[in-house]
Amino acid sequence: MSALLEFSAVSHAYGARRVIDSMSFSLQDGEIGCLLGGSGCGKTTVLRCIAGFETLGEGEIRLSGRVLADAAMAVPAHQREIGMVFQDYALFPHLTVEDNIGFGLSALARSERKSRVAAMLALVGLVSYAKNYPHELSGGQQQRVALARALATRPRLLLLDEPFSNLDVDLRERLSREVRDILKHEGVSAILVTHDQHEAFAVADKVGVMQGGALLQWATPYQLYHEPVSRYVANFIGQGVLVPGKVSGPRCLTLEVGEFCGLLPLGFAGGDTVDVLLRPDDVVHDDASEQTAVVVDKVFRGADFHYTLALPSGQHVLAQVGSHHNHAIGESIGIRLELDHLIAFKRE
Amino acid sequence: MNYNWDWNIFFKSTGIGNEIYLDWYITGLGWTLALALAAWLVALLLGGLLGVMRTLPNKWLSGIATCYVELFRNVPLLVQLFIWYFVVPDYLPESVQIWFKQDLNPAVSAYISVVVCLGLFTAARVCEQVRTGIQALPKGQSNAAQAVGFTVAQSYRYVLLPQAFRVVIPPLTSEFLNVFKNSSVASLIGLMEILAQAKQTAEFSANIFEAFTLATLIYFTLNMSIMKVMSIVEKRVRIPGLMVEGGK
Repeated sequence: MSALLEFSAVSHAYGARRVIDSMSFSLQDGEIGCLLGGSGCGKTTVLRCIAGFETLGEGEIRLSGRVLADAAMAVPAHQREIGMVFQDYALFPHLTVEDNIGFGLSALARSERKSRVAAMLALVGLVSYAKNYPHELSGGQQQRVALARALATRPRLLLLDEPFSNLDVDLRERLSREVRDILKHEGVSAILVTHDQHEAFAVADKVGVMQGGALLQWATPYQLYHEPVSRYVANFIGQGVLVPGKVSGPRCLTLEVGEFCGLLPLGFAGGDTVDVLLRPDDVVHDDASEQTAVVVDKVFRGADFHYTLALPSGQHVLAQVGSHHNHAIGESIGIRLELDHLIAFKRE
Repeated sequence: MNYNWDWNIFFKSTGIGNEIYLDWYITGLGWTLALALAAWLVALLLGGLLGVMRTLPNKWLSGIATCYVELFRNVPLLVQLFIWYFVVPDYLPESVQIWFKQDLNPAVSAYISVVVCLGLFTAARVCEQVRTGIQALPKGQSNAAQAVGFTVAQSYRYVLLPQAFRVVIPPLTSEFLNVFKNSSVASLIGLMEILAQAKQTAEFSANIFEAFTLATLIYFTLNMSIMKVMSIVEKRVRIPGLMVEGGK
């Protein structure tokens, strides 16, 4: 597999404010990537640089090896063959659904154009809405028209800027899976920008966590969750707590509740004091275990509980426990740690 | 006040040929329409172009349009008319000067001056309406057009302008009405449009109140009809959901 998009050492500033700071990543052909971060982290600016709506201060962007933009030149947005779905969809209100979708197809012959529009309408399940105007559609339907319009021109890369943020939660989850299926079906590579990690995990093959214009980690969702490279990523992705531990070997360390060895080298010298990441799913409820902890708080989430437990030292940890194990606050329960992914950070 | 109202005055002979006063008004209405329509055409085309220029990222183009607007908006219309009619012709090439001043019918050379003056003056105002119309559209619209492969020019032609012109129909209508009202300045350089005909009627017949009342009624009816037509047009082309109801 070759890299479709190479985003190399790109910086961008609005006036004196640096919004992207020497950021690099690459996307393979057919992959769906996602940039995840809080508001103001620069993720949308990255997208706008790739689309061609911003110029680069430094660095280089390549698509299939061809330079799209660097500090000296920029291929105009309309020549990049990159589609974009906007946060507010930016449908053309004066055109019908089919004219919106066929908008970028003016170079095609009439019959070709018609069949491409029909195929797109079928793909997004809006065949009966061809003659409607955008304002007559629901938010989810408008979203699908925007997707169809962007895909109709067969872009080599599709950019999606917070595509689901205007939708209610139910629809968001369903539509994000639907969009993933459509992209995979069409074999289109895409980059999505969002602040919602559930959305990122549901849609993307690779997720990048951004903070202050920098990319902290670019990895699969599984790696991000289980092998975060920094405290920030560990806190930003998923839940969990950091508990103190002492390094006892290249892959092993001692915690209050025993010694554990992970699959990867920890990167610390023996005897170092470190903070160890414990995810709620690392702490397993086991009535047979001799190690106990006291229930301090609990959150019922339907299929499971999130318990806050106090270890004998008073250290709090989170535990995700199946919904059938309903324990009262103050009760002492047996626990066991299942730590395949042992992640430690320098003590602060 | 000792005034003899006589509404039949318009059907009386003017003493010139077999014309009645009403004929003068009809001729005047003809000139007013010819002036306003031609000036409006100039204003709409030039103003549209300038309005687009003001929204472009190119500093030179938007700068030129801004200067134009400031210049033409801030000099009184009457001053501009005198410049176009009395000053500018003297700076034209010799042959054009002779043609303009001697060969042309004086009414026609006055007509040309007023059309140019009123067209350029109104263009500055149309420019501002078009600019705000374009700027009122969501920024994503032009990005979206470019993302599907449209050039900047094409995104203006197919996405921005079709929406912007719909949005600014009400303010443009009021500019159109202004063109009709402003066309009355032509009377000052001797073009016999409605106001000039009314003045002449007043002088010839001494029925000054009737003379200006009829002129007022003609302007009023003309403008009310345009407003009605434009509000129908606006309703026809309105994009539901995009705009609020236009003013009545």
